[in-house]
Amino acid sequence: MAVDKNMNILIVDDYTTMLRIIKNLLKQLEFNNVDEATDGSMALEKIKNKTYGLVISDWNMEPMTGLELLKQVRGSNDNFKNVPFIMVTAESKTENVVAAKQAGVNNYIVKPFNAETLKMKIASVLGDF
Amino acid sequence: MSSPSYQKDKVVRIINSVIEKVSLSKEQEHVAVYHQLKELQAIIEQARSEIGLARPADIKDKHIPTATDELDAIIEATATATGSIMDACEAIEEKAATMPGDCADQVSAEVTKIYEACSFQDITGQRITKVVSTLKTIEEKVDSLIRILGDDHHGGATSHGGGDDGDQREGDAALLNGPQLAGQGVSQEEIDRLLSEFD
Repeated sequence: MAVDKNMNILIVDDYTTMLRIIKNLLKQLEFNNVDEATDGSMALEKIKNKTYGLVISDWNMEPMTGLELLKQVRGSNDNFKNVPFIMVTAESKTENVVAAKQAGVNNYIVKPFNAETLKMKIASVLGDF
Repeated sequence: MSSPSYQKDKVVRIINSVIEKVSLSKEQEHVAVYHQLKELQAIIEQARSEIGLARPADIKDKHIPTATDELDAIIEATATATGSIMDACEAIEEKAATMPGDCADQVSAEVTKIYEACSFQDITGQRITKVVSTLKTIEEKVDSLIRILGDDHHGGATSHGGGDDGDQREGDAALLNGPQLAGQGVSQEEIDRLLSEFD
């Protein structure tokens, strides 16, 4: 099934620079409906109030981390429970990847990353586009 | 006269001697005990004085705050500079949209490289935040040292060895240690391989 380029995507990072980078890279990939949040709790509120086709989240944020956000999303009984979730983080230890996977992450990108990696990971989660 | 270890061996010897004499409970030994306690006091005072010369209050009130401010300034400056670079990139992309196809693609590809490079600000920001956190821990330790020594010295003695520098975090919080230095983390390829093992 073709990827809907009009889907809503939520990007979550406490660094505005990173939000801007990801947003611009998504724009180049023709994903233009992109919302932003600067921590997990803000993201969770947005997820509860809007349907997203993909969440791309940093891990290390306060007060709610990306892992906690992922756990809350996957642990909910709402229809956003299974939203595709990619972790984009500088946390590159094996135990981090395992913890994220066990929490239900769909893919994991280690920072710094390039546009090609972002595209490949999105494709691996949503399908080729 | 003094040694960096605050004459530890001598202190131990005096204490053992005092204990021995007290246990004898002989009147004439009390004078000797008194002298040895005075000697002990002098050693402790000397150690306090030496630590005072290191000006721990300056470390807490001046050096660490200065270093922290400098690091905060680096984060702010790099964020501002990166913002400016990205403003320029976005403007270039807008212009590129009006260029002939092939040319626009080439410009866009180069702009993408700049976006990718701009992620340095996020990584360096996180590293600097870790350094600031370490400095704050040092500041707390120095502060507790000053409190133990008393305000009069703005420094002082004690080899109070009960440091608790070990990581006390548990659960998910204990996982937050990035960005990893070279050789500490795993590569994207390794992450991909790891993830595939779950499938």
